[in-house]
Amino acid sequence: MMLSIRDLSVVFTDRGAPFTAVDRFCLDMDRGEVVGIVGESGSGKSMTAHALMGLIRRSQVTVSGSAVFEGIDLLALSREELRQYQGRDLSIIFQEPMTSLNPTMRIGKQVEESLRIHEKLSRAERKARALDAMALAGLPDPESVYPQYPHQLSGGMRQRVMIASALVLRPRLLIADEPTTALDVTIQAQILETLKDINRKEGTAILFISHDLGVVKALCGRVVVMKQGNIVESGAVDDVFYHPRAEYTKLLIASRPARKKLRGGGQDG
Amino acid sequence: MGKALLKRAGLLVGTLLLVSVLAFAAFSVIPGDPTTSVLGAEATREEIAAFRAQHGLDLPVWQRYWSWLAAFVTGDFGRSFKFDMPVSELVATRAQVTLVMAALSFALIVAISLPLGLISARRRGGVVDRLVTVLAQVTMSVPNFIMGIGLMFLFALVLKWFRPEYVPLEDGLGAHLRFMVFPALAVALPKSAMTVKLLRGSILGELGQDYIRTAYSKGNSQSSALRRHVLRNAMIPVVTFLAMAVGDIMAGSIVVEQVFTIPGLGRLLITEIGHRDYPVVQAIVVLLAAVVVGCNFLADLLYRVMDPRIAER
Repeated sequence: MMLSIRDLSVVFTDRGAPFTAVDRFCLDMDRGEVVGIVGESGSGKSMTAHALMGLIRRSQVTVSGSAVFEGIDLLALSREELRQYQGRDLSIIFQEPMTSLNPTMRIGKQVEESLRIHEKLSRAERKARALDAMALAGLPDPESVYPQYPHQLSGGMRQRVMIASALVLRPRLLIADEPTTALDVTIQAQILETLKDINRKEGTAILFISHDLGVVKALCGRVVVMKQGNIVESGAVDDVFYHPRAEYTKLLIASRPARKKLRGGGQDG
Repeated sequence: MGKALLKRAGLLVGTLLLVSVLAFAAFSVIPGDPTTSVLGAEATREEIAAFRAQHGLDLPVWQRYWSWLAAFVTGDFGRSFKFDMPVSELVATRAQVTLVMAALSFALIVAISLPLGLISARRRGGVVDRLVTVLAQVTMSVPNFIMGIGLMFLFALVLKWFRPEYVPLEDGLGAHLRFMVFPALAVALPKSAMTVKLLRGSILGELGQDYIRTAYSKGNSQSSALRRHVLRNAMIPVVTFLAMAVGDIMAGSIVVEQVFTIPGLGRLLITEIGHRDYPVVQAIVVLLAAVVVGCNFLADLLYRVMDPRIAER
């Protein structure tokens, strides 16, 4: 087992009565597995991912439980100890490719930032690895994108930059927090294809978070359905999609607008 | 980028021309005449007429402006009526005094506001932050001449750290600066307060941005996220503000020079307005305007260098 999450809870204590955003979340993931977490906004799915990555830094929020990753409980680590894993063994991409990149830093520098933090390499070696990751993330002509700034790229390209910077150290786990929600449908399909390729080629496990069961179905083998911080259903994605047991899952499926199967190819501009 | 800058440069020259026209126009409208201040009240009609003819005061305004402008662009600022010496010489010695004070003020603003802004943003709600917030509020609302009088009272009369008497550069650089630091502080304090507030707000704004979350997810520590990501973005508005503050520093020194009786450009400007010494006043007004406009241009340039999104346009 690569990752074993037990009783992960996230509780907000800043406004009067404590509010439980994630309630005793449990999940096991094998190496190279692609697992989806699905639920509406506010269901705690992103909060789960951020807690796992150690990105919940507010003192009024308590994260409890355990998340054993390759034998180490990430939630028991100090912030300083956790830094050794962030960006190296596990990394994350976010929903908003427009704002998740630093507007005044060149693309190449952002892609190779994890390398700079975790490894001692020469500038040329770093650049070579960055270009390599950019190609893996499906960026056409990495050499010309390398010196550019985020505002010069489209949303889809920026998300590919995010993917490249998350993958530059070939982490074993990639957390994708609604990576395609802000993109239009054709680009969404292309990004999903890229993530699939990466999973196949590099064996990177992906924890894919989405509000869209259809997207999860296109990518993941297993799925966890969340509602108001609790797991309402989990299992193989086809079982959950075609034979939902929970009422909430049925609602989620019914709320999906009918659309053609998401299959795409080629490059986004 | 080049085109936009060229347009800016054109605007810069246009602004200076406008300032010089306005200054000229002002003196042809306000009452008073240099003849009385130079020749005295007893001067005869003939003496006055000769003086006016000698200095071209009998010519129409536009002709006077034109010949002044033609000389000015070649670096000839004319002769002072009152002192009967070249304006450039008169202004140069005074400008040195004011420039030292302005440079000192600017250095003080940077030295005070950058660390304080950084600390109060990093330790938001902490002791330093709360103290700085209160102090900044008070300092910002005190006009600089009151600040000057206050500093003079506290440091010269109560603490006796300096004598309230101007020390020229000829008495040694150290002694000169030791005196000048107090008037410079009077100019710098209100500006520092504003800069601290701006920097603090700017840093806090950037800290809440999504790209900071990305930086942490890559394994950045808090200080490296601050140094590598936050500061550059947070400094963009601050640098612009500082460059524009130079204009206020110059304006502030005119007032503060009166309080500390410093023989700088500001004092010369005020006395020569009284004497209706047009060439001197005209030159100082245009030079001060040039400094202000030049700094705004510099701010624009820096803004483009620091923010690639602007540089595109």
